[in-house]
Amino acid sequence: MTSFRGTSPESPSLAGLRKNSSRPRDVFNIIMTGLSVLCVVITLIPLVLVLAFVTIQGAGSITPALFTELPPPPGLEGGGIANAIIGTLIVVAIATLISVPFGVMAAVYLSEFSKDGQVARWVRFFTNVLSGVPSIISGVFVYALLVRTGLTGYSAVAGGVALAVLMLPTIIRTTDEALNIIPQEIRWASIGVGASRYQTVLQIVLPAAIPSILTGVTLAIARAAGETAPLIFTALFSSFWPNGILQPIATLSVLVYNFAIVPFEPQQELAWAGSLILVLLVLLTSIIARVVTRQKTY
Amino acid sequence: MTASDVPNTRSRTAGEKKFDGFFVGLTTAFAIGTGLLLLAISFIILMAAIPAIREFGLQFVIASTWNPVQDAYGALPMIYGTLVSAFIALLIAVPLGLGVAIFLSENFIPLKIRTVLVFMIELLAAIPSVVYGLWGIFVLIPAMKWFFGLFGLQFIGPSMLTAALILSIMILPIIIAISRDSLASLPPDLRQASLGIGATRWGTIFRVLIPAAVSGIVGGIMLALGRAMGETMAATMVIGNSNQISLSLLEPGNTIASLLANQFAEAKGLQVSALMYAAFVLVIMTLVVNILAQVIVSNVKAKYD
Repeated sequence: MTSFRGTSPESPSLAGLRKNSSRPRDVFNIIMTGLSVLCVVITLIPLVLVLAFVTIQGAGSITPALFTELPPPPGLEGGGIANAIIGTLIVVAIATLISVPFGVMAAVYLSEFSKDGQVARWVRFFTNVLSGVPSIISGVFVYALLVRTGLTGYSAVAGGVALAVLMLPTIIRTTDEALNIIPQEIRWASIGVGASRYQTVLQIVLPAAIPSILTGVTLAIARAAGETAPLIFTALFSSFWPNGILQPIATLSVLVYNFAIVPFEPQQELAWAGSLILVLLVLLTSIIARVVTRQKTY
Repeated sequence: MTASDVPNTRSRTAGEKKFDGFFVGLTTAFAIGTGLLLLAISFIILMAAIPAIREFGLQFVIASTWNPVQDAYGALPMIYGTLVSAFIALLIAVPLGLGVAIFLSENFIPLKIRTVLVFMIELLAAIPSVVYGLWGIFVLIPAMKWFFGLFGLQFIGPSMLTAALILSIMILPIIIAISRDSLASLPPDLRQASLGIGATRWGTIFRVLIPAAVSGIVGGIMLALGRAMGETMAATMVIGNSNQISLSLLEPGNTIASLLANQFAEAKGLQVSALMYAAFVLVIMTLVVNILAQVIVSNVKAKYD
């Protein structure tokens, strides 16, 4: 009768059910809740630190010259990273041109035409496993396939193909999901008025899924733009303006890598500026993707 | 009856039928092509590795010299580094990630704030690895030097521990996302039954929810392991790229991925093939881990769907 105080209408036997911060099981609960909050805080610290340092170190170098000039020779001041920005655009464009048609068509098969589901199950499985393959392996693959054989040599095309391999699983998965959300009635209606399978897919189903597909493609592009490992020995690097898609080409991510490991301060500043651009790109696309996916056609 | 009322009942022309079949065939080819891409990647790397496989055989994975001058290649230090850095990263990231996943799947805070937290953790996964590497060189390494200096310890900077720390940051989002999904997809009856017979919140979490979700959590950890083993840029920028095995975590080491990143562009002759062999070893390691993870994760999905 001493465990709780007077005015409560509860019967004494219910007292044991109330929270009591001195009982072991309640103390344990409080400690565990505290620990899980601590986990969240510790996890967010690196995010905050990375974003803060990239912003502080990179913002100082954001000048008009950054977007219009070539990188300076080792050790010299000034210059920009314009060739790397253009290079990244070119390489990512090549990767997109390859991976989007390929990925969207494969996803159309998975969600529209695979009848027994057995083939689709295997393709989905391998696509998932493919997305876990290290990005550098895609670079090694393209090196063996295109660079060493002399088909393209070190070039923007080789880099684009390597990135396309990495983008493919993301594009297939997001397109597959986007198509699966489209209500079945729409397909029946289309076939009911006499449309053939390709008309149903190209004129009815795909247009309805376009917002979600675009979101997936945008995210894949943002990730690809930040990838470095597959480009180091496929697109290589160049200190000059892009000179055709069959020549080595500078990219932002490789520039950050190359300039981070040299002992010259002006280069390191450019590396921070490059990082800031990459991070802003990822940040913006993630936020835009989030906003766009809220608007659904059906 | 006017002309416009008459329904157009013409049958499809032969050309239309042909194109329809062609279109379906094309999508099938692309889908199967994607499925086969993984095999093609493994096969092409294996083909390129054949000269080195002939030369070194299985000796390659237990020999520990990597000497391009004498064309003697063994990948043991890199295999060791790959495994050790990945396991230490897991050691750090698994408890943290589980804690966050539990916090985000319980109703400690309003859903709106939880959504923001989930988004921030997704961002952690979206930051390019080369940016983590840059941050590691100029922020984490000086910070660690200062920290070890407090205890009077010599710390050179690039080391296995630095790499493992960065890797743990990079794999946290995967562990959190998949553990949270598998906790959130548990039937609510489990929780209600447990609370109903008088278990506390954390009693329920430890004795009911985690055991029920354990296979999904393990699957997520396996995916994270695969990611950590293959992560290249962040590792190569802070691990020191020393091709020797040193048992101290404060000494430089190397991983297969960072070996590839460092040497491919300038490699010649047998070295290229040896690098391909190392890449093939990495492919096998990550494939085993990833296939196991996929099987576990997809079984979990089937269980509660």
